[in-house]
Amino acid sequence: MLSNTGITLVILTTLLSITVIYKSFVDLHIKNNLVNQKILNLVTFQTTFSILSFIVLIVAFVISDFSLVNVYENSHTKKPLFYKISGAWGSHEGSLLLWINILVIFSFLFLVFTKHNNKSYLLYTLIFQNFLILGFLIFLLINSNPFSKIYPIPIEGLGLNPILQDPALAIHPPLLYIGFVGSSIYFSAGIASLISNCRDKFFAKSIKPWVLISWSFQTLGITAGSIWAYYELGWGGFWFWDPVENASLMPWFVITALMHSVIVLEKRNSIYSWVIILCLLTFTISVTGTFLVRSGILNSVHTFANDPSRGLYILIFLSLMIFLALIVFFRYSKKEEYNFLLKSKETLILANNWFMFFFLTAVMIGTLYPIILEVLNNTKISVGPPFYSAVIFPFVIPFLIFMALGPKINWIKNKYKEFLSNFLILIAAIILNFLIYFLLGKYSIISNLIIISSIFLIIHSVKDLLTFFKNKTVSDISRIISHLGFGMLILFIGISHNFTTENDFNLKVGEKKKFSVYQINFNSIQMENEKNYKKIVGEFRLINLKSNFEEILYPEIRIYEQPETLTYEASIKTKLSSDIYLTMSNISRSDYYNIKFQKKPFMIWIWISAILIASGGFIRLIKIKTR
Amino acid sequence: MKKIILIIFFLTFSHLKSDEVTKLHIEIYKNLRCLVCQGQSIADSNSEFAQTVKLVVKDKINEGKSKKEIYEFLISKYGEWIVYQPRFNRGNFLLWFLPYLILIFGAIIIYALIKKRKNNKAN
Amino acid sequence: MKKTFLKLILFALAIFIIGTFYVGLKKTEIYDTKNLIGTNLDNFTLNSLNEDLEINQELIKENQYNLINFWASWCGPCRAEHKYLMNLNRNAKNLKLIGINFKDDKKNANKFLSKFGDPYHYSAADSEGKVSINFGVYGIPESILVDNNLKIIKKFIGPLNQDEYKDIINLTK
Repeated sequence: MLSNTGITLVILTTLLSITVIYKSFVDLHIKNNLVNQKILNLVTFQTTFSILSFIVLIVAFVISDFSLVNVYENSHTKKPLFYKISGAWGSHEGSLLLWINILVIFSFLFLVFTKHNNKSYLLYTLIFQNFLILGFLIFLLINSNPFSKIYPIPIEGLGLNPILQDPALAIHPPLLYIGFVGSSIYFSAGIASLISNCRDKFFAKSIKPWVLISWSFQTLGITAGSIWAYYELGWGGFWFWDPVENASLMPWFVITALMHSVIVLEKRNSIYSWVIILCLLTFTISVTGTFLVRSGILNSVHTFANDPSRGLYILIFLSLMIFLALIVFFRYSKKEEYNFLLKSKETLILANNWFMFFFLTAVMIGTLYPIILEVLNNTKISVGPPFYSAVIFPFVIPFLIFMALGPKINWIKNKYKEFLSNFLILIAAIILNFLIYFLLGKYSIISNLIIISSIFLIIHSVKDLLTFFKNKTVSDISRIISHLGFGMLILFIGISHNFTTENDFNLKVGEKKKFSVYQINFNSIQMENEKNYKKIVGEFRLINLKSNFEEILYPEIRIYEQPETLTYEASIKTKLSSDIYLTMSNISRSDYYNIKFQKKPFMIWIWISAILIASGGFIRLIKIKTR
Repeated sequence: MKKIILIIFFLTFSHLKSDEVTKLHIEIYKNLRCLVCQGQSIADSNSEFAQTVKLVVKDKINEGKSKKEIYEFLISKYGEWIVYQPRFNRGNFLLWFLPYLILIFGAIIIYALIKKRKNNKAN
Repeated sequence: MKKTFLKLILFALAIFIIGTFYVGLKKTEIYDTKNLIGTNLDNFTLNSLNEDLEINQELIKENQYNLINFWASWCGPCRAEHKYLMNLNRNAKNLKLIGINFKDDKKNANKFLSKFGDPYHYSAADSEGKVSINFGVYGIPESILVDNNLKIIKKFIGPLNQDEYKDIINLTK
């Protein structure tokens, strides 16, 4: 029943997409300044049906309708309601439907909110967006239908992969998808802008809110993913430069570049072609990332569902997108005049783009190189954290300095005074760095420089923030907050990277272990039953021998029945100054347990900083709306 | 189910008793891929394979082997796939230099744009 | 001119990346054994499972072909491949089977062998598992075919099956 309803709704959405494309082409030839009301109605229906189909899927999950293969494979009656709902987008099929929904909703919102008098620009955007929608709908219908039926109807479902049963991960895909898929609208708009010759600052104005929305959500999505990795995967890290993580980071670099460049186009009517390239690149890289994650071409901790036939479909779609973008770009791009001054905001925004592109290429080459090498040379290599640290980290230093100085370039009037204040801030940053150095311990030269430059950026941002509160004349509060967040992020990552105390040892119940200033007593283990799993809970007493501080920790080993899986639940004590992180895992055929202990300074500040970065984007959005 | 929980053999595994783990150990563990896991390092994994590799690395360190020798030994057995830090060699040349090449290329473009402007102004 | 050049480069790059992805999709092998094939075994020393005897590379030099099999009593798939090992013992004339008991308890290992039959000409014990790394072992069961020059001819990952059994018979003729 639900299956039929769902499929019908999806097919209706598909038919409406085709109709929208057709009607838009017809409307292109009608000389009129306004988009036909009928098209708007069609898009409204399309959006409604699409959302309804997703609601049907959620309902199927909530009532555990196992006549749907997707529900049977990914849910279970005993699962908590929250995870039943999030199960709707936990699988490949469900997340594809979510993906389509975002494409459709963005298309609708773009049409409604864009106040633009160039009708053909709007219509072309709609046409290309609907081609994208159509492509993914066909993919859904022929390869990954979330409403496929199963007969005979199973009595019980197989359950959702337990490490996916986590609140951060439940919200991770929707957040990331708004970022990923939201970028589709300026892919379509970019192509439309080239074809309809709508190249002025109005184009910049029309895409800016969508760039901001996708950027802010992408930032939050990546953060949620990292939080999940930290709490759930049990290794105590939050970023592993894993190909799948890289796939979410690459579009972020491009959107960040775009977000800065679009300002130049808006204010100075310049670098149009570059903005278009970024618009086209963002979604292309998002789809490439999806291809990498979903096709199984990568060996990764995060590839939960992969299948080569899916990969082939996404690859065909991706190639069509790339060639369309290239052909349209070369066919319609025109020569431009550039107006740059060395000491202008434009130049510094280009510097931002330059760094973003360097980071992007480093991550992209690191991610793709193993695939290329394996195909060409039949050699398998791993590109992991040491590569990225070596290549990227040194360039974070000048990047942070540019971030601090760049936004102020316009106000340089009194050169001497400006120089002096920068010099003082630098001295303060160096002093603070050495304070950390002597209080917490030694670290490498490069870490020193990174920490100095991040403090430099933080002081600059705080200074700007104070000026803002004093006279409210500085308009870019959103920029200040995001830059402050970024400075803090790098600082706290630097500190946590350098001052994590960690140890790895095996203990039996009743034994104790001493290391540095700590002693860990393994007091006991206990079996407990929960609603959808059993767990072994260990009790550990951690004693700081120096300060006589004590803490009891309860790491768990969880045994899920559907599907039968073991997961290791870290015991994490979060404080503002540090996190204590303890995991326990069983060693087969012995009564020893493997214990991993970590003390990570300022962990929670990493999340706070990341959220601060994203909130800058949201503030700017609100300001655009109220203006 | 029970087979996981009930530990069948209560043997004394002397090698499981904890030796001191130094920063060097952890650094090496983190740079080794757990080949039977999905995208985890030896440090992060508790699989049979990871445990064995940890023991071997401990032994090699005790024998006085250097970091490089340990990596070379493991690469000779399992291929370059096992180390996370790709080596500098002919095959990996582009991996290490392409990012910098792009960086220089970008700098040239920006420089050209700014210079152009100066010429325009002079005219 | 400049534009045509740029166009060519970008199209070529796109085709190259898409082509690589396409070929990459078809590759599914996870475990890499080609580093080992053709190389010589390192020297090793293991205790015999039951006798007071040392098992090392010298033993391998005595036989034309050797199949070194890693197994344990706690490993389910080892039971599945066991019948092929028994058949190899019977039918492969030039082949000697060397069983290396991996991270196992001696009592359980012997129980396993007396219950299902002992296919091995020599049995060694790698109680801590450390020697297995010398042989490039990922997990058990795994088997390595070695000739009398200590050269590795082939490596079998996972339980042996009918095809691999025939393969071994042919290779050791």
